[in-house]
Amino acid sequence: MNEPMIEVKNFRKLYGDYVAVDNISFTVYKGEIFGLLGPNGAGKTSTLESLEGLRPPSGGTLRVAGVDPAAAPHKLRNLIGVQLQSAGLPASITADEAMKLFCAYHGVAPRFDLLDRLGLGGKRNIEFQGLSTGLQRRLALALAVAHDPPVLFLDEPTAGLDVASRVELHSLMHELKSKGTTIILATHDMAEAEEMSDRVAILLQGKLVAVDTPLAITATGAGLTKVSVNTRSGSLLSNHHPIPAVSQYLVKEQYAIYFSTNIGQTVSTLISTVEAEGDTLIDLRVERPSLEDRFLELTNGGPK
Amino acid sequence: MNAFASHFAFEFRTGIRNKNLLLMNYLFPLGLYLMMSVIMPGVNPLFREVIIPGMVTFGILASTLLGLPDPLVNAREAGIFRSYKINGVPARNILLIPALSTILHVLMVALIILITAPIFFDAPAPQNYATFFLTVLGMAVACTGLAVLIGVVAPNSRLTVLFSQAIFLPSMIIGGIMIPYSMLPGAAAKIALLLPATHTMNAFNGLAMGGMADFYPWGSILTLFVGGITAFMLAWYLFRWDSTSSERRGHPLMALLALVPYAAWLLVILPEALHTLSLMHPKS
Repeated sequence: MNEPMIEVKNFRKLYGDYVAVDNISFTVYKGEIFGLLGPNGAGKTSTLESLEGLRPPSGGTLRVAGVDPAAAPHKLRNLIGVQLQSAGLPASITADEAMKLFCAYHGVAPRFDLLDRLGLGGKRNIEFQGLSTGLQRRLALALAVAHDPPVLFLDEPTAGLDVASRVELHSLMHELKSKGTTIILATHDMAEAEEMSDRVAILLQGKLVAVDTPLAITATGAGLTKVSVNTRSGSLLSNHHPIPAVSQYLVKEQYAIYFSTNIGQTVSTLISTVEAEGDTLIDLRVERPSLEDRFLELTNGGPK
Repeated sequence: MNAFASHFAFEFRTGIRNKNLLLMNYLFPLGLYLMMSVIMPGVNPLFREVIIPGMVTFGILASTLLGLPDPLVNAREAGIFRSYKINGVPARNILLIPALSTILHVLMVALIILITAPIFFDAPAPQNYATFFLTVLGMAVACTGLAVLIGVVAPNSRLTVLFSQAIFLPSMIIGGIMIPYSMLPGAAAKIALLLPATHTMNAFNGLAMGGMADFYPWGSILTLFVGGITAFMLAWYLFRWDSTSSERRGHPLMALLALVPYAAWLLVILPEALHTLSLMHPKS
């Protein structure tokens, strides 16, 4: 995973006087799933479109699989696959025709097997406008990966998909990753980003506020770890036990819930307290702050 | 099948499968052809003479100017061109393939009219089929060029209709289909020279149907092809992949250069007209 596939150095994108992206830099390596997160207007789309060769950068350097997208967009075509947010297909094209057409332009044989795998097998001759939103997105995904590109851009890939389709998509992403495909995943679904991404970048008002693994990003936040405890005699349901590093305590459905700044100290004290009370532990759950919590913390507080 | 052929096959099928395009390519021109051919000879027996050239010209105008620009504008607005760009579809193919498939549709309509009009409506057949089809092809090239150019420069569907009608309506009224060019008053005759339909009817009359041309018919053929290619090259030059992009190689008003091949006729015919006028009203 040391070969850089996407290099963004001091990238800026301006629209007139408006600064959409302000001097950001990051590198994505071969075989990595890289989440690109940010609220609306953060600069995600401008970054993606510049990497895809759809818009020229206003400053800085971009390289995708060694190619400058603005200078040589024709060289980029077989190196990238893009699943756009809006599917971007003619209303009257069928899934079969779209697969034939796009594969013909990429110079590869049509991958009808992908249509079957993504649940479009029985709908290959239905026009694009007759497919549900979920099926349209699945078709867009099939077309994006049909020519086996080394770099794949997925923009909100699971929006509008049912649970089974999400699972199938995630399985396909893992499979592509294992074959060395580099995937840029732009999404608003924090759970998906946390589960799928090796690293994530958080953009805010055109600036990069965090780039790291989801675990590292959540660990650096001020977020509190939630500890929920249920005991047989309910010895913890009154707040008279001094538990260290707890900033908030509440009771909900027979569970004593603690918000801790030091999980080790809190949990060990809780266990010894339960034992000292002659009580029995039934359930103990520790929930660390999610990427969503950290994202909200960053986006509410502004760039750090 | 290579990319161009695969793309062309899809576009051609769309011309029949899409209800709007089916209407513009076949139902509207053939419906009007049937209606006019049934009604008009009873009102004006001379109409039989222009059934084939007039209705073929009308069919080309409808398929191209009314059918072609709007899908191009809609595709750009819907992000289809962006998707094409990412997947390596060249701008040239995005414009050329719909134009070629439309030309194929209009040739089929022309063939239907050519075969059925003499049988069912006693319309005189062309005396020279080679020049007849050359004229049809010239008109098809001229009008698809203009239609593609309108699709490229029109910012939205509403203006597409306006631009298309700015050529379609004058073509119907003073383009030689309803009223012969020779019967047009001076100013209208000059404006008519800017219309592909006028040159088509002139070429049909002078080269294919055995009638008299109002002005040099081979010049009309040349004008149609040069006009069509000029319009297409301008469309290619002014093409934008998406409507949100501010990057454009030229101002949309450059599209007016497509009229230059037609306007050149004014340089040929206007001095003659001025000369005639000066003879009629000599300075005292």
